[in-house]
Amino acid sequence: MIASPPDLKLRRIIADFPILAKRTRRGKRLIYLDSAATSQKPQVVIDALVEYYSSYNANIHRGVYEIAERATTAFEDARAKVAAFINAPQSAELIFTRGATESINLVSHSWGLQNLKPGDAILTTQLEHHSNLVPWQVLAERTGAQLRYIPVDGRGEHVLDKLDELLSGVKLVALSHVSNSLGTIAPLEIIIPRAHAVGAIVLVDGAQSAPNMPVDVQALDADFFAASGHKMCGPTGIGFLYGKRALLEKMPPFLAGGDMIKKVTYEGTTFNELPWKFEAGTGNVAGAIGLGAAVDYLQGLDMEWVRAHERSLMCYAFARFDELATRGLQVYGPHDRDRVADVISFNFSDVHPHDLASILDTEGVAIRAGHHCTMPLMEKMGWPATARASFYLYNSEEDVDALMDGLEKAASVFNLR
Amino acid sequence: MEDFYKEYILDHYRNPRNFGHLDAPDASAEDLNPLCGDEIRMELQVRDGRVLDVRFSGKGCAISQASASMLTQTIKGERLEDIARLSKDVVLENVGIGISPTRMKCAMLGLKVLKSAALGEIASWPDDDPHTASV
Repeated sequence: MIASPPDLKLRRIIADFPILAKRTRRGKRLIYLDSAATSQKPQVVIDALVEYYSSYNANIHRGVYEIAERATTAFEDARAKVAAFINAPQSAELIFTRGATESINLVSHSWGLQNLKPGDAILTTQLEHHSNLVPWQVLAERTGAQLRYIPVDGRGEHVLDKLDELLSGVKLVALSHVSNSLGTIAPLEIIIPRAHAVGAIVLVDGAQSAPNMPVDVQALDADFFAASGHKMCGPTGIGFLYGKRALLEKMPPFLAGGDMIKKVTYEGTTFNELPWKFEAGTGNVAGAIGLGAAVDYLQGLDMEWVRAHERSLMCYAFARFDELATRGLQVYGPHDRDRVADVISFNFSDVHPHDLASILDTEGVAIRAGHHCTMPLMEKMGWPATARASFYLYNSEEDVDALMDGLEKAASVFNLR
Repeated sequence: MEDFYKEYILDHYRNPRNFGHLDAPDASAEDLNPLCGDEIRMELQVRDGRVLDVRFSGKGCAISQASASMLTQTIKGERLEDIARLSKDVVLENVGIGISPTRMKCAMLGLKVLKSAALGEIASWPDDDPHTASV
């Protein structure tokens, strides 16, 4: 297959990301294929951070002076934008956090400790990132609840044969929308209704879906939805938790302190309303404003386009990878283009993924190698580690070619025929 | 890193020296590098406080395995207390080229395990770079 050059829309997008115009130390073009770890940032997001810090830096929800009002408005506007981005019914159901990990910990500590008791069960999957696994192990330990896993097959696709059995006694289902290791898109349309049918609530870890595809929490009927800003063109240190109001209202605060209170006396405290009940202390104001700008940027491109673009890149990458199959290139994960998002995990003959990544680095190609924070999955599959290329809205077919050229170089270093 | 994959390093990776196990090791240790999943085990035969023989085993990237292989060739006849005090320089001299900070753990795993075997307890990482957190 021959790479198509970027069309005008893609060229404009690439130009929006200043880092993509930089050269590596060896003078190579940066081919960034690690967006599943963190995405690059468009200039509009960087500008939003600079504008806040240089023009209206002030604490929020307190001052009555001009810049404080402006900061508060920008912060709350960002909340409304992010809520609209995932089609949350109300902004009050959107809580800013440090990221998906904190969002999940908020639910495990607040909802989990309040609602789980010995004999209850939590259901997750074998695909989960440590961030959506360790909190549930800790919660199970603390409450005496049992932790169960929806199994996956050798391709990393969910096996639902025994779902009814697995759901028995389950109070909470927590699963990723898209696997960060294999790109598997979870069959939420099957799992969520079945979970609700047994009275369980469902937390969707959207860290890898919110950046890459349209998300509609109402259509999904997710009870909680967690994501991280830095994977979706936003700054680090900001993320969000969506939760249905009826659940959030009944949950105790996660962190206690300023901003989450309505009235404090020496005798006690009345907690603030949603969403501020869950936002103790001065939040990441710049980060939230930056995330608002990121969401504006993504919506300007249209998330349907983002998904279609990545799907088309994946098809091209799968075809190019096939060319190296006879030389020991092994691709993991689902091969159905409709069940895989932006990630290709692979190994090349017996070359260790870290050696591959180092050789690719000399060509300016940035990929991830390792266990991708899914150690139990790697162990189950019998892979000590994998190499992972992930694509985003600014990648082109030419980037895939650069990856293939780097793999050819690795083959020659390691004498693969 | 351009020239890291030099022929002598690839040779140690493909044909590791002192690879395998001792029948009755006097000291041993094993550890892993959570970043890459590299694993190394070191077994020592000790006579009068000195290393008489050494074997290593493990799996992982070329950097971790080659540097462990080279290390086993460096330390025969050395006193255990000297081995316990080895700095990362011995590995850097063996591999002979620059190692990026994130790959430093790969290169240092063999030395960490060797020092652990000599000390009889888990040795700290022989480097002081900040890339220690597991993910």
